[in-house]
Parts: sequence; structure tokens; C-alpha cells
Amino acid sequence: MAWTRKILRVDLTNGTCKSEPLNMKLAQEYLGQRGLATKYFVDEVDPKVDPLSPANKLIMATGPLTGTPASTGGRYSVITKGALTGAIACSNSGGYFGAEMKFAGWDMIIFEGKSPKPVYLSVEDDKAELRDASHLWGKTVWQTEEIIKKSHQDPQVRVCSIGRSGENGVLYACIVNDLHRAAGRSGVGTVMGSKNLKAVALRGTRGVAGMKDAKAFMKAATAAKQVLKDNAVTGQGLPAFGTQVLMNVINEMGALPTRNHRDVQFESARKISAEAMAEKRPTDGKSNLVTNAACFGCTIACGRVSKIDATHFSVVNKPEYWGATGGLEYEAAWALGAANGVGDLEALTFANMICNEDGYDPISFGATVGAAMELYDLGILTKEQIGMDAPFGSAEALCKLAEMTARGEGFGKELGLGSKRLCAKYGKPELSMSVKGQEFPAYDSRGIQGMGLTYATSNRGACHLRSYTVASEVLGIPVKTDPLVTEGKADLVKAFQDATSVFDSAGVCVFTTFAWTLADLQPQLDAACEGDWTMEKLALVGERIWNMERQFNNAAGFTAKDDDLPPRLKTEPAKTGPAKGLVSGIDKMRPEYYKVRGWDANGVPTKETLSRLGL
Amino acid sequence: MQKSLHIDPGKCTGCLQCEMACSYENYGVFNISKSRIKVFNFEHEGRKVPYTCTQCAEAWCMTACPVDAIKIDAATGAKVVNEATCVGCKVCTIACPFGTVNYVADTGKVQKCDLCGGDPACATACPTGAITYVESDWTGLEKMRLWAGKTDTQPRANA
Ligand code: SF4
Ligand code: SF4
Ligand code: SF4
Repeated sequence: MAWTRKILRVDLTNGTCKSEPLNMKLAQEYLGQRGLATKYFVDEVDPKVDPLSPANKLIMATGPLTGTPASTGGRYSVITKGALTGAIACSNSGGYFGAEMKFAGWDMIIFEGKSPKPVYLSVEDDKAELRDASHLWGKTVWQTEEIIKKSHQDPQVRVCSIGRSGENGVLYACIVNDLHRAAGRSGVGTVMGSKNLKAVALRGTRGVAGMKDAKAFMKAATAAKQVLKDNAVTGQGLPAFGTQVLMNVINEMGALPTRNHRDVQFESARKISAEAMAEKRPTDGKSNLVTNAACFGCTIACGRVSKIDATHFSVVNKPEYWGATGGLEYEAAWALGAANGVGDLEALTFANMICNEDGYDPISFGATVGAAMELYDLGILTKEQIGMDAPFGSAEALCKLAEMTARGEGFGKELGLGSKRLCAKYGKPELSMSVKGQEFPAYDSRGIQGMGLTYATSNRGACHLRSYTVASEVLGIPVKTDPLVTEGKADLVKAFQDATSVFDSAGVCVFTTFAWTLADLQPQLDAACEGDWTMEKLALVGERIWNMERQFNNAAGFTAKDDDLPPRLKTEPAKTGPAKGLVSGIDKMRPEYYKVRGWDANGVPTKETLSRLGL
Repeated sequence: MQKSLHIDPGKCTGCLQCEMACSYENYGVFNISKSRIKVFNFEHEGRKVPYTCTQCAEAWCMTACPVDAIKIDAATGAKVVNEATCVGCKVCTIACPFGTVNYVADTGKVQKCDLCGGDPACATACPTGAITYVESDWTGLEKMRLWAGKTDTQPRANA
């Protein structure tokens, strides 16, 4: 069966673990992972709930293709109400954890309540129990994984955990699995920490069997793998350069937000690019990049494994950081680098390691540092307040602030609350480069107009992974559109949002969509999953998921006003590059988008839309 | 012509497609805990190393088996466990210097790589060429070719 048909419900308040059957009717309507877990979530949780209260729930969910040989079939998602945003949150992660959950026989794990003391969940196939985690509290992600593996006497156990930042209330804390793979955004790790849940350790030996038509599935999966292999991005670009393949491309387009979006091109972009990661360093003759790596089942292998320059100031006398570990991907390199004007590759590598080690989102962190540096530049924040000089471009400040945020020390505590709260506190709310409280990723809305609409309307706050129109506007996938115009972007964004909702609910990685369309995924799902999974049904499922998330946010108190970009992007034109002179056309695109969506002028789905989608 | 699995760890990304293929081929389930090939992740060195039975010419496991449950497949040269004969005594798991014969608690027998009867599923599934099925006499041929290409063939500068 593509679904294991079993849910594990963990009541943290009372310390119990119960198995319950998966609602198969809902599986037919919401597929799995993002869609299905969000459906469970919105049915069980009051939209007005305080994200950090025991009444919030947190769901870890796999998709029907998780744990199968479908390429990239190892994904899982964490669904909750986001600590950073107060909106619906769904953070997706690769590595090996998701497949292990499936192999242990579970489609989802629902956590509810709050444990009176630190605990971790241990699952060995059917056997699930909460165990004391007082010895793990205060430990980093890396230490936690090591201690659990040792105490279980099982190197094959797969662990996800929060680091100190998730315990200390950093509002953008992640849940990190397999050392450097993360359910990264919106503060899902903060919610986990608020429940006194430190980690989940899984061991599954059951595997996945009994698909609807295993032969047809193998055939479809093999054909789809060939599509990935033959595509220039998934077959060559991503394995060789990782997502960092984009750094120079986006910079040349004039869409690389620099120094808190003051500029759209970064003079040192090349120094922090994929090309730079592969070059030999003058100091030790070695390159930053050691090799690429794959998540479970992935035939793309975009992952970076890096070794930092042991002579770099950030790691002098710290041999624990000299080994190979997860390296920079594009969003992190941008947020820690261009967003702050820092062009020191090794400093970014260090800050990124700290983000992995202590479990917080490098995008929100880097962008918040960018906002702080602007406040410093304006003389609003002083050296005394920050504890150091923090001008744009300071690699020293970046590295120091990363460690302080991890430990919850000094100004690190303020950075941990994100740019929205930081800028509001110092009287400059307009300087927070965020939507719904979540910081932008690495594409400027002036140079890639569709991304402005993507950010403004993303259900989890600013995010590139909800509708990656960069594919179309920059790379021409599946068709080339002009990045500088607003025309047609409403339709484009809707199409990407709906299709992505399906990919995120299937158990596969959204990076497959550089090569796959829904037509490549459909035969795999149809062969694996009971029921009749036609293109029409999948399109409807995608749109249904999007509208369900929207309804939750509307009920939580979000309105059309929250579908907006910071004033800078609407009033300060791009200074250089192909987009020179342009601002974001968000105010023009938003009403068009509402129309295409079948929503009213306030962004509320109409009765007809809801009934068409069966909501 | 005899063929062998040839493993090039430098190409391995750790995707585990090989492990899934092995369990599916042999047990009809996608379950890496049943795989006869294992990929080890040396995290701090950034190395991933696939490892399975090398089909020794003089196989210790075969010699050690008290009931002659391990036989040579004449077509492939693989040392194959006959489950009907195997009594699960585990002596072969001790005898194998590489640990590639393992006991399976579910069945009470041991399992090891049998080269899938001459069409190894792991090699077919591997997307990177880290596992290939090549002529046993020439497992080093590709490496030789690579090094041959690096051999300096430029004319020497005149003294
Ligand atoms: S494409 Fe990259 S992130 Fe996606 S599954 Fe593969 S290795 Fe993981
Ligand atoms: S050859 Fe067959 S049995 Fe041997 S490791 Fe590969 S898939 Fe498994
Ligand atoms: S299939 Fe190939 S690349 Fe993937 S883990 Fe196995 S040996 Fe490595």
C-alpha cells in the first residue's frame, strides 16, 4: 500500500501513544503529507490558537510515494500553526527520516498537548513510547543525534530534533533530521520546543509493499527518472553545482536582493557562488565543496557536502567544525551573504553550520541580520546595543551573531524574534523584508515580478517554494515568461501553487519540477495509490489544498492587507541591472490573482469556488 | 565469461536506490533493512561507501557451512544460500571476513548477495554508476582507462 493506513497520535500532556486508522476517504481528497496532514490539522485545531500554546498541534507526515523508489521519494513535512507567522505552516524536509517513518509503518505522527518535562519519542515499528529527554535538553542537534544513537545502540536509527534555538524560543527554529536536513521555515521547531518535545527517533523494518500495481509503478518511476537524467538542470546543473547554480544567474538578472533589498545586485556574488565553492582555496589548496549528496531515493543529488577552511577566523581552535558537513545551498548563501553584503564564503559556511547545529532557519536569520545592519547603518541600533560593530559586509558580526542567536545570548535574543518584531521594536517596521512575518528568500520582486505575487500570497508567509515562478520567468520551465512584466503572472502563480501543492503532498521533492510536470508524477501516483488518480483529480486536489490553507489563514485573522509587500519594493525602484527603474507591480497583480482564484475582493474564496472544490 | 559487481564509492551519493532495488528483487518489498547491499555514510569525511559480498573464489562462508547450504551458481559464480538447507547456525556469518552474510530473524536463515541470478538489480537501479556489473578479469579496466588518460603524452620541452 502506498499509504500505511496508520496514524500515530501522541498525547504529550498525558504521555500516551495511540495508533488509529488513516481516514481513507480524506486520503482520496487530500492525497498525503502536506494536503492530508493540513486537513487533519484544520479539522482539529482552532485557527485562533496561540502557536506556542499546548492547544496547537504539530503533525509529521509522509506522502504515498515516501519510502518508494520514486526518485526523491523520501520527503516528509511538518504541519502546524507557525510560531513566526501565526499562519498555517508546512515545512518539508528530505534526508532519510521520512522514509524511515514510512518503513516503521506510519503515515503521520500527530503531537498534541504539552509534556510536563522534556521528552523524546522513540518508535521501533509498532512500538512507540515517550522517553525522558532531560539529559538532551540544552544539547545541539548534532549532540542529540549522537547521544540517541549511542543509547539506542543502533547506528541505523533516524533522528529529527530541535537544537538550543528551538528550546530558547528563536521564532524561526527548524526541526533538523540527519544532521543537516531541515523542516526549515516558519518556526516549526519553535512549536516543537514549546511542547517540550526534543526529538523523534525512528527505526522501521517493515518497508513499503502492496502497491496498487507494483509493475506499472516501477515502469513509471523508471521513465520519470530518465526525464530527470535527461534534463539539463536536474541531470547536470543541480548535481554539479547544487541550487547555488543560481547565484550568478540571479545576480546578472538584477534580482539578487542585497543589503536588506537596498540593491538588487551584489558586487561579491561571484565570491559566494557555486563556482567559488568548487575552486581551490589559496590557504589550503582545497575546495570548499567536498562532494554532492542525495536525500533518500533521490537521483538528482543536489546536496552539498563542504569542509570549511580550518584557518578561517570563525573556526580557529574549533576542530569540531573542521570535518565534512552540510554545505551552502543557494537560499542560505544569499541570506547569510548578499542580504548582509557579506562576501566571505567561509564565513557563510560557518554561519550555515551553526544554523544546522542548533537548528534555525538561515533564511530568516540572515535576512534579520540584514535588517539589523540597516538599523545600525541608520544609527538606530548602536555598537553597545548589538555588542559589536555591525556594518553591512561584516563577516565577523555575522559569525558572532550566529553563535549568539544559537545560544540565546545578548542581542542574539532579539535577532531570534525575526525582522518583523525587531524592526517594529526600533520604530522602523517598514524595514522588515517579510510577508506575514516571514522573511523573503533570494529573489527580488522588482526583477522577477511573479515572485512578488508568490511571496504576497504564499499561505505560509514569504516563500519561494509555494510557487517557484523563477522556473518559468528565469529558466523557461515549462515555458519562458518575461520576468519584468506583471501580465499573466496571476495565472502563472496560481498554476504553480496548485501543482506544487500536489508535489508536496505526494512524498517527492519539489526540485523534480525543474524537469517534471504533473504529467510525470501522475502515472507514478496512479500506479502506487488505490483509486483513480487522473490529471483532473490531481489538479483539483492541488487547488483544494491551496484554498483550505487560505481558509485557515482567513479564519486566523489574516486579510487582503496581509497579501502585500514592504513599501521599499513598491516605491524604491531597482537601481541597476535589467530591472533598473522598476518597482513591484503587486498592487496590479493582487486583484487579478483573486479573480483567477475565484476569491472576492477581500481575498475570501466565494461560495461557488468552495463548492466546486468540495470545501 | 564471469562477471562481478564493481563498486566505485567516489560516485555514490547515498540515495539508497540500490538497497530498495535489492529488497524488492529478493523479497518483493521496498525495505532497506532487507537489503543485501549496504551503503555506509562516513559523515565527517563526506564519503558514502556501498558494500556487499565480493563472491570470493575460495569462499570462507561456503567452507564453513556445516550442512552445505551455500553452493556455487555455475552460471554466475555467485555463492548462493539454499534456504531449504540452511539451518540458521550463523557459522558463515562468523567465517565471512567482510560481514556480508547476515542472519535474518524473520526467516531464521541467513542471506547474502546472489548476484540476482546474473542480472543485479542494484547495478541497474544505481543512478550514478557507483555500482556496475563488469567482467571479473577486468574490474580495474575503467580505473586504468582514467589513469591512462592522465598519463603525460605531451612532447618534452627541448632542453
Ligand atoms: S533534489 Fe536535492 S533536496 Fe531534493 S531530494 Fe534530491 S538531494 Fe534532496
Ligand atoms: S546483486 Fe542482487 S542480491 Fe546482490 S546486492 Fe545487488 S541486488 Fe542485492
Ligand atoms: S544506488 Fe548507487 S548512488 Fe545510490 S546509494 Fe546505491 S551505490 Fe550509491
